[in-house]
Amino acid sequence: MQGLYLREFGTDSSVILATVYNHLHFAMFENLSDRLTHTLRGIQGKAKLSEDNIAGTLREVRMALLEADVALSVVKDFVERVKTVSIGTSVSTALNPGEQFVKIVHAELVALMGTHEPLNLAAKPPVVILMAGLQGAGKTTTVAKLAKYLRDIEKKKVAVVSADVYRPAAIEQLQTLAGEVGARFISSTAMEKPLKIAERAVKDASNQFDDVLIVDTAGRTAVDDAMMHEIKALQAQLMPAETLFVVDAMTGQDAANTAKAFNDALMLTGVILAKADGDARGGAALSVKAITNKPIKFLGIGEKTDALEPFHPDRVASRILGMGDVLSLIEEAERKVDKKKAQKLASKIAKGKKFDLEDFRDQLQQMANMGGITSMLDKMPGMNNIPAAARDQLDDGMFKKMEAIISSMTVRERRYPDLLNGSRKRRIAAGSGTQVPDINKLLKQHKQMQKMMLKMKTKGGMANMMRGIQGQMGQGGGFPGRRR
Amino acid sequence: MILSQSHDDEQATADNSKKKGSLWQRLKGGLDKTRNQLSEGVGNLLLGEKEISDDVLDDLETALITTDVGLPATREIMDKLAARVKRRELNNTVALHAALAGVLREILEPMQGTLSVDVANTPCVIFFVGVNGVGKTTTVGKLAKQLQEKGRKVVLAAGDTFRAAAVEQLQAWGERNSVEVIAQQQGSDSASVVFDAVQAGRARGADVVLADTAGRLQAKTNLMDELSKIKRVVARFDEAAPHEVILVLDAGVGQNALSQLKEFDAAVGVTGLILTKLDGSAKAGVLFALAHAIRAADPERRIPVYHIGVGEQIDDLRPFEVEPFVEALLASG
Repeated sequence: MQGLYLREFGTDSSVILATVYNHLHFAMFENLSDRLTHTLRGIQGKAKLSEDNIAGTLREVRMALLEADVALSVVKDFVERVKTVSIGTSVSTALNPGEQFVKIVHAELVALMGTHEPLNLAAKPPVVILMAGLQGAGKTTTVAKLAKYLRDIEKKKVAVVSADVYRPAAIEQLQTLAGEVGARFISSTAMEKPLKIAERAVKDASNQFDDVLIVDTAGRTAVDDAMMHEIKALQAQLMPAETLFVVDAMTGQDAANTAKAFNDALMLTGVILAKADGDARGGAALSVKAITNKPIKFLGIGEKTDALEPFHPDRVASRILGMGDVLSLIEEAERKVDKKKAQKLASKIAKGKKFDLEDFRDQLQQMANMGGITSMLDKMPGMNNIPAAARDQLDDGMFKKMEAIISSMTVRERRYPDLLNGSRKRRIAAGSGTQVPDINKLLKQHKQMQKMMLKMKTKGGMANMMRGIQGQMGQGGGFPGRRR
Repeated sequence: MILSQSHDDEQATADNSKKKGSLWQRLKGGLDKTRNQLSEGVGNLLLGEKEISDDVLDDLETALITTDVGLPATREIMDKLAARVKRRELNNTVALHAALAGVLREILEPMQGTLSVDVANTPCVIFFVGVNGVGKTTTVGKLAKQLQEKGRKVVLAAGDTFRAAAVEQLQAWGERNSVEVIAQQQGSDSASVVFDAVQAGRARGADVVLADTAGRLQAKTNLMDELSKIKRVVARFDEAAPHEVILVLDAGVGQNALSQLKEFDAAVGVTGLILTKLDGSAKAGVLFALAHAIRAADPERRIPVYHIGVGEQIDDLRPFEVEPFVEALLASG
């Protein structure tokens, strides 16, 4: 489903450019903060946040977390904590109360998520890593990613073995992946007992002087006593330095039950959140962390074997709150965006004046200051849903070119683009090292952008557009009728 | 523990069904085992005849949320019950329990449906789609065996050409059950594999072609486009195909299931659901959230749940029935 935005304006890059802009200046705390701001409207002008004036807001926080699949028990504790922290806080004059409250919620969430902790490899080699989790959580894929990470980043000699004698072709799957990532594959067969496999693998890894041995296991439900007994026995025999619980980022409330059961049985040492590259808000991460108090060590962020990244608590927290990585974007914007220029433009648009090419160039420059379009897009909520074709058009080189074109114009031309006739365009093309079609394209994009700025001016127009974009994220959006 | 040692299979299946009893007992058994301080069974809250206080209603709301029913559906259920309490139609928790069961059944009623393989189609083509790790391949294997036992001639399409050893996994199923598997190498074009299988299915007079596909996260536009392509390619052979597109959902999934259904439906038009892994501690309350969302979007639209998976044995893929599903959810330990 395309957002309203894209439907109206096509997927031309200028739309995305404008979206970037909009995100920065109008929708920094879009979504949750909108809701919070609404409930906090009454306290503007009051000196402090109090139990009374934040009650409604806390309810919104509770709902936002539940919508993100954070386990209810965890939500309750968290809301209590936020309440304790926020009561008595002075209402800042700089931020609106909603923003201020979001900052508190976000900070508490980050604190609760813990910090990134590296793998514990300080043991006698081969250091054993045992993987555990439900069926389909993503253990085998994660083994391959970990092996690659340990090999490439930590420069370790890694062996892998599968003790999954149940799922057909599970062992073959690991074998294939091991080949891809350059880990030594220790073979096993479905006829062997998992304990035997483990015993043999440790000996083998020891003989071959492997630094690390990663043991993949069959998926199991926590309520299957026989299978839980099996993995306990495996752990007792292997004495792993790390017992990692792999949990699917899309898991619902059950994440809490399952994490607790696995932690009780195995004394986990860490958690890996798999499939975190989708559109799930990933509340399971918070549930698992809060219930087990074990660090989240990595996130799986794609199907390729290098798609594993160390855990960033702030990113996951933003995502659970439905804010994308907007917070870090804001921080960057606060540091780098020329506030005077931004305010000037905002008031200009508000007064109904036209968004001219000079303004356009200012934005291009500010974007470059912030690390360029590609790094910004990565941090936007909902941006990964923009069609790949549209995203592909967006490279920073293209924006440099656009900037060069505008810089080759006279001040008058920038203010009144309609002046640009054939001969002027040829001059500009020569001056900027581009072609006339490039200039026409830029003018067209500028026109679309103007149109959009007008839309933003109308009250509520912005919010509606943003909602269109958010609709793509599937959070709270409607379910479409059948389309075949 | 399916298919670990194939010669033990039959014995294991027999033992299991004896040991584990009826579907309801198995579903309930799962609940019994997982009851802990985190999520008390819905049924326990209403155990014994008590007055209906605000606390009882709050606890009930809590219990619904902890089974992934989601906020909108929970609100609907609670509003309905609260209205009846207010009208004094429900006087105690026993009556509330019965009323709750009624409301839950009513919500799920449109989700009741049976997967019928129309043998007039030659062959009937069924796609299995879903996010990674929900159990598509396993489900295809189980369903193939069941259809075969009913005398249908089945051909499997190893359409997951991405995941390492997914082809081998399906082939292992095929071999053990003497079902033909049409496959190409890992990395080949999924659409061409499925097309080949449909063609082979017709050539061999098969009744049904079950097409496995690679798991994909619904936010990945390019992968969703690839899925649409498989559908287009198959439609070139038979414009009515695929006759069914089944979205496989993990019982443990949270509210993201809504986005999964929405996006897979937009890409290939979902005609039915299968819920897997109901033998774990998750009870798939998200089904209420889905029923609620489908009805809100289009009251006429039906996306039935064809089967539920309650274990790793072949027979553990069961037809979905509203009554036992609701009963299991409300079971008290």
